[in-house]
Amino acid sequence: MGAQLRVYKRRIRSVTATKKITKAMEMIAASRVVKAQRKVAASTPYATELTRAVTAVGTGSNTKHPLTTEAETATRSAVLLLTSDRGLAGAFNSSAIKAAEQLTARLEAEGKEVDTYIVGRRGLAHYNFRERKVVESWSGFTDEPTYADAKKVAGPLIEAIEKDTAEGGVDELHIVYTEFVSMMTQTAIDSRLLPLRLEEVAEETPKGEILPLYEFEPSAEDVLDALLPRYVESRIYNALLQSAASKHAATRRAMKSATDNAGDLITTLSRLANAARQAEITQEISEIVGGSAALADATAGSDK
Amino acid sequence: MAAELHVELVAADRSVWSGEATLVVARTTSGDIGVMPGHQPLLGVLESGPVTIRTSDGGTVVAAVHGGFISFADNKLSLLAEIAELSDEIDVQRAERALERAKSDADASAERRADVRLRAVANR
Repeated sequence: MGAQLRVYKRRIRSVTATKKITKAMEMIAASRVVKAQRKVAASTPYATELTRAVTAVGTGSNTKHPLTTEAETATRSAVLLLTSDRGLAGAFNSSAIKAAEQLTARLEAEGKEVDTYIVGRRGLAHYNFRERKVVESWSGFTDEPTYADAKKVAGPLIEAIEKDTAEGGVDELHIVYTEFVSMMTQTAIDSRLLPLRLEEVAEETPKGEILPLYEFEPSAEDVLDALLPRYVESRIYNALLQSAASKHAATRRAMKSATDNAGDLITTLSRLANAARQAEITQEISEIVGGSAALADATAGSDK
Repeated sequence: MAAELHVELVAADRSVWSGEATLVVARTTSGDIGVMPGHQPLLGVLESGPVTIRTSDGGTVVAAVHGGFISFADNKLSLLAEIAELSDEIDVQRAERALERAKSDADASAERRADVRLRAVANR
């Protein structure tokens, strides 16, 4: 076998092995997307009921609460960025990071200080490499977040917003995550969680539904006190789940195109290998023919 | 048949139980409260504790609820909890072991959780 042919054969073998791996990763991601989507769906009843309750208290009473009142001059904001622990997901992490950076720039232009909180090793690595300050970060659960993880993330954030701004607290809480629109579309979005805009929350409840006048047990303030942190947790939980589903969908797509590319590469390489083999055979034949012709000429000459 | 109310018991990550009931008893921060059909709209904060649902077919469903809210309007009752378990789902031995462990570790919240589970089983 010729040297060139051997090189082609070796490359085909290696690309075939890579293709097998990417194909497997694609299939794993595909099954995880379905699981993650199911978790998003399972968490929806809680989120909708909670939203209804928050709207009910917010509109049904004149209670003032630090989590719903806008500071007159907001001076510090917290930004929570959700990324994944692992890469190989196309532009998933970079678009989330880009969205966070745009938001940070916008907030800084408004004259606010920005505290960054990060979920996921990828986002943390990005910020650490650029030596930017990260207040707190969490990782290790981005593939399959549980409610306990959401609580863990929400805890310090709620604490920060309840603290006075002068003592290092924040006035606003923004969250940047990747919304799972469909299997093919995931978009990085930012939204303001706190202070709550009750009108926005109200829009999420079905139209035409008149909220009844509730009796609060023990009191509207106490209910709101207990309700709002849960609401934030549930929103963060929902964002974590969507982000996980998006990450798996992005991985699936990235691995699918990797598999397709590997297939194309194998086709091209086999064509080249075939051509090389053919050339080798042609050369051998012409060598033999040439050799025998020379031999025939020589013997013919000696006979004379 | 008496009037019925629709009950949804939802935990943060799943819907635990839903169905028709004639009476729901839950513990709010200001005391036990019983909700029957036609109750006035209510929104309350729940304590950790067992919730008893008397279903319309005469059965009783008991669930352990760890913090959360009760909201009632239009004959629809929602029980929202971060963690909620039906008493049938609770593994008694495991809860007892957890209680022992929590007591020895002096972990108050774990002890309370295990205690609520056991109380829910006792009411079953």
